[in-house]
Amino acid sequence: MAYSEKVMEHYTNPRNVGTLNKDSKSVGTGLVGAPECGDVMRLQIEVDENNIITDAKFKTFGCGSAIASSSLATEWLKGKTVDEALTIDNMDIVEELALPPVKIHCSVLAEDAIKSAINDYRVKNGMEPIELAKSHH
Amino acid sequence: MELPIYLDNNATTPLDPRVLEAMLPYFTSKFGNAASRNHAFGWVAEEAVDYAREQVGKLIGCTEKEIIFTSGATEADNLGIKGVFEMYKDKGNHIITATTEHKAVLDTCKHLEKAGAKVTYLQVKSDGLIDLQELEAAMTEQTILVTIMYGNNEIGVVQPIKEIAAIAHKHGALFMTDATQAVGKIPVDVNADGIDLMAFSAHKMYGPKGVGVLYVRRKNPRVKVTAQMDGGGHERGMRSGTLNVPGIVGLGKACELCRLEMDEEAKRLSRLRDKLESALTKMEESYVNGNTQHRLPHVANISFKYVEGEGLMMAMKDLAVSSGSACTSASLEPSYVLKNLGLSDDLAHSSIRFGLGRFTTEEEIDYAIENTKKAVNHLRDLSPLWEMFKEGIDLSKIEWAEH
Repeated sequence: MAYSEKVMEHYTNPRNVGTLNKDSKSVGTGLVGAPECGDVMRLQIEVDENNIITDAKFKTFGCGSAIASSSLATEWLKGKTVDEALTIDNMDIVEELALPPVKIHCSVLAEDAIKSAINDYRVKNGMEPIELAKSHH
Repeated sequence: MELPIYLDNNATTPLDPRVLEAMLPYFTSKFGNAASRNHAFGWVAEEAVDYAREQVGKLIGCTEKEIIFTSGATEADNLGIKGVFEMYKDKGNHIITATTEHKAVLDTCKHLEKAGAKVTYLQVKSDGLIDLQELEAAMTEQTILVTIMYGNNEIGVVQPIKEIAAIAHKHGALFMTDATQAVGKIPVDVNADGIDLMAFSAHKMYGPKGVGVLYVRRKNPRVKVTAQMDGGGHERGMRSGTLNVPGIVGLGKACELCRLEMDEEAKRLSRLRDKLESALTKMEESYVNGNTQHRLPHVANISFKYVEGEGLMMAMKDLAVSSGSACTSASLEPSYVLKNLGLSDDLAHSSIRFGLGRFTTEEEIDYAIENTKKAVNHLRDLSPLWEMFKEGIDLSKIEWAEH
């Protein structure tokens, strides 16, 4: 199966690879997927006092599409407010990266990672977690 | 050196130019039907087919009349297993095979289960070999066929064929082997090994695609299979259909070349394979899958822990290899062969198969080593699991989210 140019581009030059301090109150961490499924994403956001995501980092164990989906997600997250970040839908990622049907789960995982990172941030800062509506796999 | 480098010779091999040369006249001037008995065009074709039978027979130690040409190993597996089941159903309905067989064998057995066959699927040990005591224990009076592959296509392990054949025969069953990966690569002799039926194909040994063989023993015992296709009664009534003369000529030539060059070639390939394997397993957390003593000379299957195989292959873009990761398939299930060795799913997802071949050079292997190392390191830098491993976190203790 051939990969789209955008997947190749993100895969070859992944944006925002790295680690933020998970113990910091301003950092939210989402760790989703499972090694036995062949996909694990860790996505982290740093949020300032105005509720704006100032930094985002990821590390992903998975195929090229999973790596590209998480790389793209971090790119989109930076500069958004937390509320805006919640509106990122997996189908936006599918569209942007031209993912084929067998790779849609990669985008779902990226959306889950975003929501899970936001929830971690919310809970750390005394807010209720938002409900994760979508289930995958 | 040209890129990309082909290291997927267990999937298929390139056609040897000497094989192509032998085949070419049979597409054009010598186009006759080998079944045309009454003119020169037919005689020329028949003669070529007979000569190919001799070439095949010399490689595997059988006579010309024991060779049935098919469209490939999958057809040969189907014909052998279904043909024996139908021919010997008055004698019994039990077949023994193993969980790591090729799908052409496994799915044929599953098909026969619907037709009343009882099939035992032997588990393999963690090195990929079957347990002979388990085989012995599984034999019953109803057992008509034991079918165990010679060399495994994913991990390259070679089963103890002589011992398996002896157990089958002791209990009055026939022994069949899918030898697709072994014929032409290591010495295979149907008499020395005690094989009653054997399937293999040309395109795994530098011959053309679309042609294969089912060997069917004619003496001690005389084995018969029920034909699976109705038609003109070619191949002694066991496989109808006009013979693929150019393909068969190519198969014959491929067998001849393998026979003449096997000894040296196996030494050369195992040296290159060992070089590749020892360089790559010097990396942290990388493991060879399958028995390393009893195996084909040209296959290395290695798991690089904490990176995912398909992602890794993308980084090894100058290398054509394959992976036990099933990320490309809709099922998301990793290789059943690796899982049957008892490998955890994450290690199965992390595996790469390197298949060397006749045209693999040392320069290519050196390049492959560097390219693979670089890719593994790159992917580990991206891997949260690698980071956690490095921090000393026990990954098995983490509750992974919803799967």
